[in-house]
Amino acid sequence: MKLYPRQRHRVLQVVTKLVIPFVLLFGLYVQFHGDYGPGGGFQAGVIFASAFILHGLIFGLQRTRAVLTPAVLRILMSCGVLLYAGTGLVAMLLGGNLLDYDVLAHDPLHGQHWGIFAVELGVGITVTGVMISLFYGFASKR
Amino acid sequence: METLVANVLLTFLVFIAIGIIVLRDLLGAVILLGVYSLIAAGAFVVMDAVDVAFTEAAVGSGISTILFLGCLSFTQHKQKPRGHDSLAALIFVVITGGLLIYGTLDMPHYGRADSAAQTHPELAVRFLEQSASEVGPPNIVTSVLASYRGYDTLGETLVVFAAGIAVLSLLGLKRTRREDEAPEHAPGDTPSADVDERR
Repeated sequence: MKLYPRQRHRVLQVVTKLVIPFVLLFGLYVQFHGDYGPGGGFQAGVIFASAFILHGLIFGLQRTRAVLTPAVLRILMSCGVLLYAGTGLVAMLLGGNLLDYDVLAHDPLHGQHWGIFAVELGVGITVTGVMISLFYGFASKR
Repeated sequence: METLVANVLLTFLVFIAIGIIVLRDLLGAVILLGVYSLIAAGAFVVMDAVDVAFTEAAVGSGISTILFLGCLSFTQHKQKPRGHDSLAALIFVVITGGLLIYGTLDMPHYGRADSAAQTHPELAVRFLEQSASEVGPPNIVTSVLASYRGYDTLGETLVVFAAGIAVLSLLGLKRTRREDEAPEHAPGDTPSADVDERR
């Protein structure tokens, strides 16, 4: 019987395909539900990255790189930090202090809500990008 | 009951730490490190620090285990046997560890009423009472992290970013393996003649 090198992991591959969407969904849940329960950008970023790392471990780095290229990752990493710092600068432009979210909307509480949302998203994007980059960096050196 | 569970978990941590030191098989040591983080996360849950536990579980037993495994693929799975154990090193480690443990004696015991956080509760009380009307989110940890301590979190994000840049500039993202160039096979691919037969 002919077997591909990677077909020896067929059970793992099928299970991984089933699991990855749920991991991504859980990452998004942790990201956007962090205001109400445990979690937040940092944890969500790590969980989101772990879905891609799992894909890379099971299907090979080549396929994961095709989904998410290193160039895109570098842009993601910087975008997250820029989103965080940008939120602070927008608050300054609207007349508040740096990272003072009260001025982002008419109601200070809404402003805080938007500010925390944007800031946590920035953290999540940066952490995702950095974690996947670390994995690419180590895995491609083998 | 809570104290009992915490004590059992912390005792596990000690045994796992000893196991990591004794083990010569690096693969086993890495897996034990992951278990260590998982049990530490359990201990944090018992101490009601769910956000910290979440981070410990995701980072400590998830990502860092994978990165250690990645490092292991550069090296061998067995630690090199040493000819002798240095007595000077043992004395140095015992003294350093003893000093560190002596340092923790000054720290308040877990949940003590006369700890600094309890005798000067102005900040904690303010966060607990005012955060709902000032910031909003029911999870006060998020309020403190993203709003009251927004500068700190910005700094942390920058540190993560800088660490990413540093690792990328050291390791790079260029392909170094020939096999990486060739597409790998996965379910759904049609068989082709050039695939070698392996079991």
